[in-house]
Amino acid sequence: MNKIIDIKKIISKESNINLNFYENDKYLGILVKNKSDVFSIIKFLKDSEKLLFDQLIDITAIDYPSRELRFDIIYLLLSLKLNQRILIKTSINEIDNLESISSIHKSSNWYERECYDLFGIKFINHPDLRRIMTDYNFEGHPLRKDFPLTGHNEVRYDNSEKKVIYEKVKLSQEYRNFDYSSPWEGLENQLIGDEKAKKES
Amino acid sequence: MKEIEINSTTLNFGPQHPAAHGVLRLVVELDGEVVERAEPHIGLLHRGTEKLIEYKTYLQAIPYFDRLDYVSPMCQEHAFALATEKLLNIEVPLRAQYIRVIFAEITRILNHLLNIPAYAADIGAVTPFLWCFEEREKLLEFHEGVSGARFHAAYFRPGGVHQDMPKGMEEKLYKHFDSLPKFFDDLEELLTNNRILRQRSVDIGVLTKQEAIDWGCTGPILRSAGVAWDLRRSQPYDVYNKVDFEVPIGKKGDCFDRYLIRIEEMRQSIEIIKQCLNQIRPGEIAIDDNKITPPKRNDMKKSMEALIHHFKLFTEGYRVPEGETYFAVEAPKGEFGIFLVSDGSSKPYRCKIRAPGFAHLQTLDHLSKGHMMADIAAILGSLDIVFGEVDR
Repeated sequence: MNKIIDIKKIISKESNINLNFYENDKYLGILVKNKSDVFSIIKFLKDSEKLLFDQLIDITAIDYPSRELRFDIIYLLLSLKLNQRILIKTSINEIDNLESISSIHKSSNWYERECYDLFGIKFINHPDLRRIMTDYNFEGHPLRKDFPLTGHNEVRYDNSEKKVIYEKVKLSQEYRNFDYSSPWEGLENQLIGDEKAKKES
Repeated sequence: MKEIEINSTTLNFGPQHPAAHGVLRLVVELDGEVVERAEPHIGLLHRGTEKLIEYKTYLQAIPYFDRLDYVSPMCQEHAFALATEKLLNIEVPLRAQYIRVIFAEITRILNHLLNIPAYAADIGAVTPFLWCFEEREKLLEFHEGVSGARFHAAYFRPGGVHQDMPKGMEEKLYKHFDSLPKFFDDLEELLTNNRILRQRSVDIGVLTKQEAIDWGCTGPILRSAGVAWDLRRSQPYDVYNKVDFEVPIGKKGDCFDRYLIRIEEMRQSIEIIKQCLNQIRPGEIAIDDNKITPPKRNDMKKSMEALIHHFKLFTEGYRVPEGETYFAVEAPKGEFGIFLVSDGSSKPYRCKIRAPGFAHLQTLDHLSKGHMMADIAAILGSLDIVFGEVDR
């Protein structure tokens, strides 16, 4: 645990960026308010001789459609020297861009492409920002919460046309998302008249 | 002098090619037979696992992990089970931890027993394939013994394992792993000093220490470049801190080193399994909390409470406290991580799967530059790519 405190000290002393920290027993989390600082903090973490966070493990995102800053972007870094992980988190809205970190970490190339493909987050100065996971000519960004689980199109081989064709998804049964949440644990079970009891107390 | 213009040839490799290890499409630019650029097109096996998991309860999500890297299923369940346990803030009983480590190591041997002969087959040797598959089948019987399934086990559950090992399994395991090193000796005799294998793999696809780190390589690929890094050692989970094992590292970082490291890792896995079998004691195999693990069949016949628990667990599932975590395990292919976000409901809000193969495949362009076209097959084989996990 001491290590995390040391790392915190070094970062806040030497990086000159206003950062918020939070701790998790697996890694140190850094919240970056200003999205343009992400590039410089990652560069600092890599170049710092004392820290040497030189391995980029992953870049991912989380979608919160109800928030104004819709996406949380997450960078996972690993320092082989310190045996410590750092998670960098920043929030952006749907039309914002992020600076690509491919000039710092080569491996970010595909991770950013994946983020772009599945969430629609654009990275500026990326050498080759194309879709990676989904089909050629795919539309939409599947991991957004407003993208339906069943998707929009389906593919099948058409025997009369002798080729693979794309069609709108046809379901013999509507997709059913069951809500099993139990009324006695999840929700507060409000019986008629309960609100009066609360008011009085 | 006459000016000669050389045009590079663009070649489409895959998506259906035996050396593509699944559904890889490579667009290769060639100058004669020398590779100038190799661009992988992936995603042909994309099933949207992460999206599907968001719509399933934590228990229902487990089988998806078997289907990611389908040659080493249990290690991935391990990562998910550990991440969920971290969020639930529970610790599983010691016996369950030992069982998990034993089976994670069996899975590692299974994985390498597929990769090594597949690699050998890519560069021209067919016999190891037949030998190793026979051994794999014997190991899969252990999978079957504990879970009922040879591949898609769904055996590691958050809170423990699904069921205890059947009676006599421990002795059987011990006996089997006592004799297995002999098989590795035979396999090495066939391959390690084989002239063709050496010609095709020494100095092919060299990755230096710094490059391996920069490209996000983990597992055997990183170790072959000379970095002593193993999550089982550096960030131990379950009972890995109670067993002794060695972490082999390479010198050159070429295809041959990667092959040698896999062989040595299998031997080390056997050591780990034997130590676990010596240390394991009878006891519980899942935490004693019916809000998370199902009650015993026997109790369900008698207790109404147990029956309700069972019903609620398999319909609603359990609620996981709000929070996020990243948990990585040393899967046979490298660091397999789960970034799990819970919003307090019984379904994960987001489950990002960090697959080692994804990062490794990215290095293919870099590794194959300047090599012959035929070496691409060797490099691909040595990277140990399985498309189930790359495409997710």
